[in-house]
Amino acid sequence: MDKIRVVHYINQFFANIGGEEKADIEPEVREGIVGPGLALQSGLGDNYEVVATVICGDTYFGGHIEEAKKTILNMIKPYKPDLFVAGPAFNAGRYGVACGTIAKAVEDELQIPVITGMYPENPGVDMFKKDLYIIETKISAADMRKAMPKVCKLAKKMINKEEILSPAEEGYIERGIRVNYFNERRGSERAVDLLLDKVAGRPYTTEYPMPVFDRVPPNPAIKDLSKIKLAVVTSGGIVPQGNPDRIESSSATKYGIYDITGLDSLNKDKFMTVHGGYDRAYVLENPNLVVPLDVLREMEKEGVIGELANYFVTTTGTGTSVGNAKAFGEEFSKKLVEDGVGAVILTST
Amino acid sequence: MVKEIERAGIPVVHMCTVVPISLTIGANRIIPAVGIPYPLGDPNLGEEKSKKIRRSLVERALKALQTEVTDQTVFEN
Amino acid sequence: MTIRYCFCYKIEYIDRIEIEKEVVILKLELGKIKISDVQFGDKTEVVKGTLYVNKDEIIKLVLEDDRILSANVELARPGESVRIAPVKDVIEPRVKVSGSGAIFPGTINKVKEVGSGRTHALVGATVITCGRIVGFQEGVIDMSGPAAKYTPFSETNNVCIVIEPVEGLETHDYEAAGRMVGLRVAAYIGEAGRNVEPDEIVTYETKPLQEQVKQYPDLPKIGYIHMLQSQGLLHDTYYYGVDAKVMVPTFMYPTEIMDGAIISGNCVAPCDKVTTFHHLNNPVIEDLYKRHGVDLNFIGVVLTNENVFLADKERSSDMTAKLCEFLGLDGVIITEEGYGNPDTDLMMNCRKVSQKGIKVVLITDEFPGRDGKSQSLADATEEGDALVSCGNGNVIINFPPMEKVIGTLDFIETMIGGYEGSLKPDGSIEAELQIIIASTIANGYNKLSAKGY
Repeated sequence: MDKIRVVHYINQFFANIGGEEKADIEPEVREGIVGPGLALQSGLGDNYEVVATVICGDTYFGGHIEEAKKTILNMIKPYKPDLFVAGPAFNAGRYGVACGTIAKAVEDELQIPVITGMYPENPGVDMFKKDLYIIETKISAADMRKAMPKVCKLAKKMINKEEILSPAEEGYIERGIRVNYFNERRGSERAVDLLLDKVAGRPYTTEYPMPVFDRVPPNPAIKDLSKIKLAVVTSGGIVPQGNPDRIESSSATKYGIYDITGLDSLNKDKFMTVHGGYDRAYVLENPNLVVPLDVLREMEKEGVIGELANYFVTTTGTGTSVGNAKAFGEEFSKKLVEDGVGAVILTST
Repeated sequence: MVKEIERAGIPVVHMCTVVPISLTIGANRIIPAVGIPYPLGDPNLGEEKSKKIRRSLVERALKALQTEVTDQTVFEN
Repeated sequence: MTIRYCFCYKIEYIDRIEIEKEVVILKLELGKIKISDVQFGDKTEVVKGTLYVNKDEIIKLVLEDDRILSANVELARPGESVRIAPVKDVIEPRVKVSGSGAIFPGTINKVKEVGSGRTHALVGATVITCGRIVGFQEGVIDMSGPAAKYTPFSETNNVCIVIEPVEGLETHDYEAAGRMVGLRVAAYIGEAGRNVEPDEIVTYETKPLQEQVKQYPDLPKIGYIHMLQSQGLLHDTYYYGVDAKVMVPTFMYPTEIMDGAIISGNCVAPCDKVTTFHHLNNPVIEDLYKRHGVDLNFIGVVLTNENVFLADKERSSDMTAKLCEFLGLDGVIITEEGYGNPDTDLMMNCRKVSQKGIKVVLITDEFPGRDGKSQSLADATEEGDALVSCGNGNVIINFPPMEKVIGTLDFIETMIGGYEGSLKPDGSIEAELQIIIASTIANGYNKLSAKGY
């Protein structure tokens, strides 16, 4: 049987090239094991072979992220790895960010299992925990002897496509990914226990900590609206009759951009809503209740607003994940900017 | 979505019924709408009045876009 | 002076009557008749744990509603290669044997307080209404295969009523017709249990507030805030026939729900649907009763709604908190139906009740996207620090083809949880878990949960 091919990524320090003074060295690749690769090889066992080690200075990586990523990927590819291991980086911040960046790039590009390890406060953790399995390590490299076997154990599970158990069981940092499982007791029974603990002042643990949402500072106010191109975006599920792009009625995975050139109003014969979260009767009768084209057109004619964009952007808000909504927003905002849109009205139901 | 539009540098106003959600997710300029099944207008009052409500809500939205804010702001009137 | 005397006398008099009434009136005996099979028969009856149903009589009953053009009855048993869709409601057949009122008061029977006396339930049997879709919200039930474990109705013997509405029937009317058909058929089948000796009798009792507090003075006083979905078409719930969206929060004896005081006006997202079956068998009420007098004192239920106007949300949550304070509760469990904007009702209730000094536990389900990486709730409050999760409804599930479909698969791709390409040519389905009826129901009926990985 052919051995499973492994490529390992480490920094200048672990490659014994030097400390901070050598942190600006450019990426290089060496055949076989370097430094902690020895522990990696022995932990993985005889069915695995660490075929190459990529070394890069932390400062260099941090200062040339895109370039370094590209160079390193090109160094790795010829070795046709089945598995990629970065670090562990312990509490070294720039090293952690480098390990996370390159591991994610390898995963995306080569679609092979990747794994790394860090101390929970390493800034690389917050940046990459959702994307990667990061084995939780202690603060310093003295923990290498204990950390590397955990890395190896989980890596082997990934290679063998075995079920990855919870963070506590496998030793990785919680990724913030919500995974279903069957509890031994039903929810209502657990709720009664949780409540009695809370009432009695005993310690209790929630099954889902309240979500946190990020913030964006507001843009400056518009000075002269009569010179501005305005666009409407909605999460109210307004689509042309027949829903040509088949936007889902809930938990949308797509959005649509629909032309309104020459229209003075959203006519119910041409537009409808597919939103699954409310009684649609009113909006089916008059889609302007969600996309106020009729009054905006009037205001455009009156010169209140400079111009109305000749399309509106739409999706279904209900149950649509923040991740999807964010991705939609990033994508269509580029178009809005390109089209010179200077203000947006976003309507939700 | 509202934050991505804001992040792209375009001032954005969120017209929505459930203001608390808008506040939680982080919209900056917020106009409370009429209701979930008819955010901009009230069809029970007939088309003419309903449209008037819609016009005044949109006017309020435009006013919000022309108002400097430093924090999340709900424009009640 | 005379007037004052009379007044006092009257109060004493009423007190005495109340105490007398309490012995007979506030106790509900639920007789559970275990059903292990369902068959067609000449007569609708229960014989040795098998439910026989007369198909013609059921169809005749359904067609009494002139909004229904045609109907068919099909049976679905655990383990069969059967898929049922689009499912509108699921109802457990029950009959009121003694005590005030009749089953489903205010909907198919007269308005009269229920929750006392004796009720028989055909446990292990259900009536399922299905047929052409009303909105997007109806769901799927698989009786076997990998998707079966997500719904409790793969383990029950189901009498499925497939209805076809008359041409051009308005959607609200169609929903109402489907709702009433299910209740009437369930009551009709429930009658078969009237004279059957139950396999098990469970007694439930909550007394009027002052006496209930006195009964277990040392135990924490616990309440339950039951949030009823009330957002309009396919999202309505009825309490003694009144649509929850036009009611203000009120108090309910927990036993009332077991006689059908609350019925479901069909679906939200299918996974979240609190079916009429789930109202009759509310798990929070059941589990609080299990501990009633042991380590808690179950005071009662506060019913509230989840409306579409912000003012309603504010008013209802204010009143809910006020009721909880008035009842002198130490702790409450709050359950939700649906997701998205009702998350705001959940958080408002949590915050306002907590601010009264009452400890709160929330039960809900999660929608963090198919990859599980986004926020699970649309709204949040810092007081929500004790939450029970009923699972992630966005997870993709594969449904193998079934030999038989009751209803139709025509609408799979437009139903909530479905998407373009969900339905494969061989009849298999790939869809989000939320397309399955009651799969992540946010009242804790199931064992499904989610944890952070």
